[in-house]
Amino acid sequence: MRRALRGTVLPVALLVVWEIASHGGLVDPRILPPIERVARTAIDQVANHGLLGDLGFSLLRDMIGFALGTLAGLAAGTVLGLSRIADRLFMPTFNGLRQIAILAWIPLIAIWFGMGEVAKIVFIMAAAFIPVVLNTHEGVRSASAQLVEVARTLTFTPWQIVTRLYLPAALPSIATGVHLALIYAWVASIGSEYFMTVGPGIGGMIIAGRERFEMDLVMLGILILGLVGYLINRSASLLEAWLSRWQRA
Amino acid sequence: MRAVSLPSPAASLAFPPAVIALLFPAFLLVMWSLAARLGWLPPQILPAPGEVGSALVELARSGDLLHDTGISLLRVVEGFAAGCALGLLLGIAMGLSPTVEDYVRPLFTAFAQVPTLGWIPLLMLLVGIGEGLKILVIAKAAFVPVTLNTLAGIRAVPSHYAEVGALFRFSRWQMLSKVVLPAAVAPIFAGLRYGLTHSWNALVAVELLASAEGLGYLLVWGRQMFWLDTMMAAMAVIGVVGFLLDRVMAALELRLQRWRLA
Repeated sequence: MRRALRGTVLPVALLVVWEIASHGGLVDPRILPPIERVARTAIDQVANHGLLGDLGFSLLRDMIGFALGTLAGLAAGTVLGLSRIADRLFMPTFNGLRQIAILAWIPLIAIWFGMGEVAKIVFIMAAAFIPVVLNTHEGVRSASAQLVEVARTLTFTPWQIVTRLYLPAALPSIATGVHLALIYAWVASIGSEYFMTVGPGIGGMIIAGRERFEMDLVMLGILILGLVGYLINRSASLLEAWLSRWQRA
Repeated sequence: MRAVSLPSPAASLAFPPAVIALLFPAFLLVMWSLAARLGWLPPQILPAPGEVGSALVELARSGDLLHDTGISLLRVVEGFAAGCALGLLLGIAMGLSPTVEDYVRPLFTAFAQVPTLGWIPLLMLLVGIGEGLKILVIAKAAFVPVTLNTLAGIRAVPSHYAEVGALFRFSRWQMLSKVVLPAAVAPIFAGLRYGLTHSWNALVAVELLASAEGLGYLLVWGRQMFWLDTMMAAMAVIGVVGFLLDRVMAALELRLQRWRLA
């Protein structure tokens, strides 16, 4: 209880200083709008400017890109983990391309796929794909060689070996990859809206707020980014725990 | 009983790994050249590999490449240093004192929850689009992982280390510099390395959004001019520099941990 109380001291102090500074004229209210103005902007955005629709659009895009990228990553990671030849052939190229900061792909993707929804989803897909491939690859490779021997002796079919042995063994690692993919995909959704600002979304709203110098809008956007990021992270942690629950048993 | 040696699957691959690793890029390069030469794709969509190469040479010869890479590196070094210094301080403070952690952790978590990309527009309104913006954004990117790893690293130091230190009547400073920090070097360094990667990504983000120089700007410029060869050359340099930065950190990491091996 005392620890929780201590944790509230700094945030409350920050809010108080913020209020005093913006009401007392210490800081230009255009730079630091009072908290209630941000709240009013939030209500106004929800009521009149379709904030929830923007949020929905961002999340939908995020989820489509995440799902496609994760599925592709699972398939690629499994093949790369199982086949030594595929691993030697493709992994070095993948690792090389991965060195390029993901945002640096945006201009190229925008030219290849246009500035619209397709390009955004392709970018989000790529962001989700990378951690899933890496972690699936690693997980599959970590499957115990002895168990594979046992399965061979028990004349498991290759399909059985993959589904009963490799994938369960790789599951904790895959869960980590999917967790990362969820986070990366959300950041990529925002990034895609920053740089390809056609169509509704939270990232677009923040950029519009910056262009019109509406600090309250920018702050509202950041608040939403943080909240959504937090919720995504929480649910990913729960999912991860659920996927690896058999390990503790 | 004699150990039975099974033929390893790798032995069936007749070529050394490096050759195999180069097969796929070589194939891509051939397809890329063919696609460009036979006009499968217009050069506005896919310039020939040779053009990307000559764009790179041209950028290098004109001095633009060196200038932009230098600018970007300087920004990363400055921002990363600031972010690390703050992250180490906060991580050590929280790691040593649960009271400090109680006070600071919730605010820190809220701050860390918003991705670096989210802070950029806010900071643009606050500090403009000058060098200050770049340093702040890059510092923030390094600050969060460095703080978290330093905190976790210090917490993971076995308590009997501290007991030995207490036996020697070490002062607080000695305890920190002679016991806690050396024992926590590995996780702290993992945080620094991670932080540098984040810093480099943040640099690309901030230069794409608001800059008139640097490697990210080179990309923006190429995009505006529809010079795909320049863009691809810039991407390659971004990849190589990012990779080298990480290698430098890995080498430092190894060096700092030599005492463990001895």
